[in-house]
Amino acid sequence: MSESLLSPPLTGPGPRRVPLPLITNPSEGPVKQSAKDFRSAEEVRWCPGCGDYAILAAVQGFLPELGLRRENIVFVSGIGCSSRFPYYMNTYGMHSIHGRAPAIATGLSVSRPDLSVWVITGDGDALSIGGNHLIHALRRNVNLKILLFNNRIYGLTKGQYSPTSEPGKITKSTPMGSLDTPFNPVSLAVGAGAGFVARTVDSDRKHLTSVLRAAAEYEGTALVEIYQNCNIFNDGAFEVLKNPATRDDHLLRLEQGQPLRYGSDGEHTIVRDAAGSLRPAAEAGATEGSDAEVIHDAHAADPALAFALSRLPENGGPTPIGVFRSVARPSYDRQVAEQLEQAVQASGPGDLDALLAGRDHWTV
Amino acid sequence: MSKQVLAKQVLAVPGVVIRFAGDSGDGIQLTGDRFTAQTATFGNDLATLPDFPAEIRAPQGTLPGVSAFQLHFADHSVATPGDSADVLIAMNPAALKANLEHLRPAAQIIADSDQFTKRNLTKAGYAANPLEDGSLEAYTVQPVPLTTLTVGALKDFGLSRKDAERSKNMFALGLLSWMYQRPTENTIAHLTTKFAKKPAIMRANIAAFHAGWNFGETTEAFAVSYVVAPAPAPAGTYRNITGNLALAYGLVAGAERAGLPLFLGSYPITPASDILHELSRHKNFGVTTFQAEDEIAAVSAALGASFGGSIGVTTTSGPGIALKAEAVGLAVTLELPLIVVNIQRGGPSTGLPTKTEQADLLQVLHGRNGESPVPVVSASSPGDCFDATLEAVRIALKYRTPVVLLSDGYLANGSEPWRVPQSAALPDLRVEFASGPNGVAADGTPRFLPYLRDPQTLARPWAVPGTPGLEHRIGGLEKADGTGDISYDADNHEFMVRVRQAKVDGIANDLPPTVVDDPTGDARVLVLGWGSTAGPIAAACAEVRAAGGSVARVHLRHLNPFPNDLGEILAAYDRVLVPEMNLGQLALLIRGRYLVDAISHTQVRGTPFKSSDLRNAIEKVISDV
Ligand code: SF4
Repeated sequence: MSESLLSPPLTGPGPRRVPLPLITNPSEGPVKQSAKDFRSAEEVRWCPGCGDYAILAAVQGFLPELGLRRENIVFVSGIGCSSRFPYYMNTYGMHSIHGRAPAIATGLSVSRPDLSVWVITGDGDALSIGGNHLIHALRRNVNLKILLFNNRIYGLTKGQYSPTSEPGKITKSTPMGSLDTPFNPVSLAVGAGAGFVARTVDSDRKHLTSVLRAAAEYEGTALVEIYQNCNIFNDGAFEVLKNPATRDDHLLRLEQGQPLRYGSDGEHTIVRDAAGSLRPAAEAGATEGSDAEVIHDAHAADPALAFALSRLPENGGPTPIGVFRSVARPSYDRQVAEQLEQAVQASGPGDLDALLAGRDHWTV
Repeated sequence: MSKQVLAKQVLAVPGVVIRFAGDSGDGIQLTGDRFTAQTATFGNDLATLPDFPAEIRAPQGTLPGVSAFQLHFADHSVATPGDSADVLIAMNPAALKANLEHLRPAAQIIADSDQFTKRNLTKAGYAANPLEDGSLEAYTVQPVPLTTLTVGALKDFGLSRKDAERSKNMFALGLLSWMYQRPTENTIAHLTTKFAKKPAIMRANIAAFHAGWNFGETTEAFAVSYVVAPAPAPAGTYRNITGNLALAYGLVAGAERAGLPLFLGSYPITPASDILHELSRHKNFGVTTFQAEDEIAAVSAALGASFGGSIGVTTTSGPGIALKAEAVGLAVTLELPLIVVNIQRGGPSTGLPTKTEQADLLQVLHGRNGESPVPVVSASSPGDCFDATLEAVRIALKYRTPVVLLSDGYLANGSEPWRVPQSAALPDLRVEFASGPNGVAADGTPRFLPYLRDPQTLARPWAVPGTPGLEHRIGGLEKADGTGDISYDADNHEFMVRVRQAKVDGIANDLPPTVVDDPTGDARVLVLGWGSTAGPIAAACAEVRAAGGSVARVHLRHLNPFPNDLGEILAAYDRVLVPEMNLGQLALLIRGRYLVDAISHTQVRGTPFKSSDLRNAIEKVISDV
């Protein structure tokens, strides 16, 4: 036994337990809120014309629909242009450090399952420096809504290539062209075991809102990739998907239970080739409208369809947007809470004096 | 066991240091733990030092595979596991060879003679059998065929020879328990619970344990048993406790006394993992444990939980601290409570994972970008890990700051008797969350200012999500005083850097006076220590005093900020000696801060100081004054 030279601890009376300061019923009663209620006083400082503005407006416009009071909503971000987002939301928010938002949000969400926790991140933040946290949040199914703003460039550090930049990209750090093979965020998420994966585009407010709605309804990690234009360093990266003259031939809108079709009149079909990959019918040599037509099912337990869809552009097909995958599985948060309850049921609420004394003790 | 020892001599001795050594697979740590538990229950004071390799099972019979456990118990106060052992139990030649250096002259060696085969001798690098060639003349050697005796005792148990052999550690434990007349009930109870699902193994272990005891009692080879009387101790309920267990209990107790949920984010790392294991068993206390994907996620999740109103904790060792640095910096600027536990081990890099060191002091103080002040609290003994943890929780909650709690491998795995505190007598750690606006906006309406400080503590309000009207955003960018809005203003940054520092410095006003151990009052030399060196320093000072010397002693709990009275105390002595298991980190701080010509005495061997070495160092300084 060490004779302590250290000062005695400060002692004092005080009750052993006070009620936890947790909100138990976040959406009690109807709440009347509008987009305005979600706007903070902070001056928005993105470049004029940046796609982030449209996403901010869409989120602020959508949140009243959630019916959650703003004090029960938290936005957590990492570092990058998009990660300034929480400052502009009149909710609780944290602008954290590069890549770590999913990890911080995991601790918050698991310890406060009563909150609605949103992660704002970008292609560099989520897929480069923070890649590990992203895939682990996805496999655990923590109850987070992750909005990944993909502009395929590093904006805040002024224009280096990102993990989603196309091969050969000429940037400040790749004057002879990038040698990296890019990540496809949807493929990555599906591969990581995500239960909910979707993609949308900054400029399509209606589609963006519908995807946000689906994500918010999902219990678990919902990854939403949002194609976002950086008009300063990578302008027009998604132009072909946005321009009315080209978009119909390059964009495939995923609709649950509907055949995979695109074109101005839905005249192009997607078929499954012999290897199981999805391809445009014309490329695969099949006839338009043939039996091989593929019906979209985001709820399929097997992730094969979602993954094949994510690879469509690599197979000469259009870029799908919408919900790739939405498969119910218990959220991590819920299971953690259940274990805490089970522990109390099995052993009773903790008795500190009994714990400290232990089984093998003696009295002098 | 109540059998009387009749024919044999019983000698009373004041204290003994026993060292168990064997192969990593021999169950040495379990054997040591059980002997310790029996000794603690008996009422001796004690200190232990587990000493094991980083590899789980290094090649059998080799020197790198040797695992050891040293226990010092006595009828008086014990401060260290002992400089050298009086008794060695060597389960094979490698264990003998690796541990001879830890024995005192004429020590007793009990060796499993069955294991001294040609093959095992070669593996250990012996050309001849040391039990027979006279090379151990300086010791009292008692070869015992532990393996065959164990197998023989278990011959009716229907076990394979291999399985039966595995109980030889219990045979050895039984023999030692007889030699020192230890109570055996809790070992029987322990084996009964531990092997409840494997009744055959349970019965075999218990039988081997009894057989070892009976062997000691009946064989002529062991003529003497020893009695070490209980040590006097203040009245109370006691238990034996390791540092990591005490630390885990400190966290549970801290959360209970604060009335807040505890959230641990952790990534497995030696020697801190036991805290994760322990806390994961206490979910009924509202403790959430999260085994993260990496060290960064572990601290980040803990910080996220703190933002939500939990006590966020992360536990790790030096390499993990390096990875967590950026997130701890975020906690500094967010000004949220966070407990960062560093169970230090030998470094740099992966270093010596299972060995002790205290070389992370400068890392935790200065290993972050920018001016990033973090309070640092350290534990000085296994049981003290409990009090140190409560103090870390107190500071974190009261000042809304990350706090680093330093322990080390020696404290983590070492154990000592611990007086169990009453929960109601523990500090009251309740905090108040912000519940309403604390300022006014430009237009006169009430508003919440997340960085408006308490004038006393300089702490900012802790407003947890879910509180209506207090919605606010915080982040890593510099914040404007009061509002917390992003600010790049030069004057504001200057102010905020200084106020964060002032907040941490101000904790010194909240610390009790430093205790100076200077019994004669005429000492001219002060020994200043921190952390796990407390035991060896106390023992060394006692030796110096017993020999008629005068020496004073101060042991620091708080390494940042230092106590207000430390400068004055240091100035009162002619010489200040700072022993540390690093290359002089506290000494550097003391010299820089107080302009005191501190004498640094250091060692980085992965093991605690020997009190005799420290005694020599102290006496040298005294003679030089
Ligand atoms: S650099 Fe690009 S992404 Fe960043 S704010 Fe400007 S336009 Fe938006």
